[in-house]
Amino acid sequence: MQRRLLFDSHHLDITIKRLCQQLVENHDSFENTVLLGMQPRGVFFADRIAKELKSKVSNEIKLGRLDTTFYRDDFRRRDAPLKPNATEVDFIIEDKKVILIDDVLFTGRSVRAAMDAMIAFGRPAKVELLVLIDRMYSRDIPVEATYTGMQVNTIETQKILVEIMEQDRAEDKIWIIDNESVA
Amino acid sequence: MSQLRSKHLLGIKDLNAEDIGLIFETADNFKDVINRPIKKVPSLRDITIANVFFENSTRTRLSFELAEKRLSADVINFSSSSSSVKKGETLLDTVNNILAMKVDMIVMRHASPGAPHFLSKHIDANIVNAGDGTHEHPTQALLDTYSIRESHGDVSGKKVVIVGDILHSRVALSNIFALQKLGAEVMVCGPPTLIPKFISGLGIKVSHHVKEALAWCDIANILRIQLERQQIKYFPSLREYSLYYGVDKALLDSLGKEITIMHPGPINRGVEISSDVADSEHSIILNQVENGVAIRMAILYLLAAKKA
Repeated sequence: MQRRLLFDSHHLDITIKRLCQQLVENHDSFENTVLLGMQPRGVFFADRIAKELKSKVSNEIKLGRLDTTFYRDDFRRRDAPLKPNATEVDFIIEDKKVILIDDVLFTGRSVRAAMDAMIAFGRPAKVELLVLIDRMYSRDIPVEATYTGMQVNTIETQKILVEIMEQDRAEDKIWIIDNESVA
Repeated sequence: MSQLRSKHLLGIKDLNAEDIGLIFETADNFKDVINRPIKKVPSLRDITIANVFFENSTRTRLSFELAEKRLSADVINFSSSSSSVKKGETLLDTVNNILAMKVDMIVMRHASPGAPHFLSKHIDANIVNAGDGTHEHPTQALLDTYSIRESHGDVSGKKVVIVGDILHSRVALSNIFALQKLGAEVMVCGPPTLIPKFISGLGIKVSHHVKEALAWCDIANILRIQLERQQIKYFPSLREYSLYYGVDKALLDSLGKEITIMHPGPINRGVEISSDVADSEHSIILNQVENGVAIRMAILYLLAAKKA
């Protein structure tokens, strides 16, 4: 199995700082903007981004966790159902600017489900998408990220392996893997 | 594990603690969903569910229907009182006719014990038992134990007494199975005529004195007297039953401890339970009803999730 390192802790930290600069550029004081991390792994990056933004912005950064399991379009089409995670959104998003945050953008279907899921909390004024890794040329539906940590060109049999400290790892490592058993 | 072992929910007897744990975890998520401003998710949007009720029901049927609608399933309702069952059609024919209309799941209540088990051997659709005679009522037991978990943190190690007409109660049997699988201690209490003769063979305690039973327990699940199932007289009068086995505030106050009160409904106020107990702060009767929708959503979701 071949693997190539995309991010280590140092590089990830630089990228998150850069993404936060871009967010501040567009959202200024974050007065009318909320962050929604997508379960399961988008929430870790959303936490890190919220933490970084707090050092740059005086307003409170509103952060929620959104689970899309019940909104997915592959229900009954998988061998086993996905295990749902908690949705924790204790604010309404009516007329707010929402920044959806996920680790990897691949087919775009999770993002579609997330947009469906967020409507339960109101009608947002605007929705933007922030992803750490954009797997280019892999989209099933027309969804693109507003802010991207890194764009990578992958083929379908490759996988992105995310190992981060929030999952009890010693350091952050994000890999691209050739899955030989599939190839 | 993220899926149930069986494609049907026929009884608690067929589940293990892992299955029940999965149902509870999934219900936690659905409880969150039904407390949002928009209480609906699109998970079952391509699933059609038939609620086939050969026996009367208010709570269970409404709860199932609401659960189905909150999952975006298409729902059809059938009740035997307004159907061709009166014209002599068999159970299998009735259900096969419903299935011919491309129905994916059947939620069935039937007066005959084992009716859903019989059906499961002859049809492909998922079956959820919503009560079969005096046998099992699995979704009620799941929502009862889920409510105990919610109010006490855990079911394991808790002492639960089931008071009332144990002989005719499917709720009692399903509750006994569910509570035991989750590690609770169980006692049943009622007049000797309303306690099945060999029930202690299930490994539970039996008492005929309500005060003694309540003094032992942490949680009391109080059942009504099922007069409609009683062909003969099991006790002299409801008034006498109420005097000996009715739970009222004076009785609870005399125990010097706090007991959580449950009741699967319908309540006969003043018979098995007095109003001041049913409406007291220790009663979780309405929580049970709310949890019923979340538990049924979880069951329908998990059963439907099997690959088409």
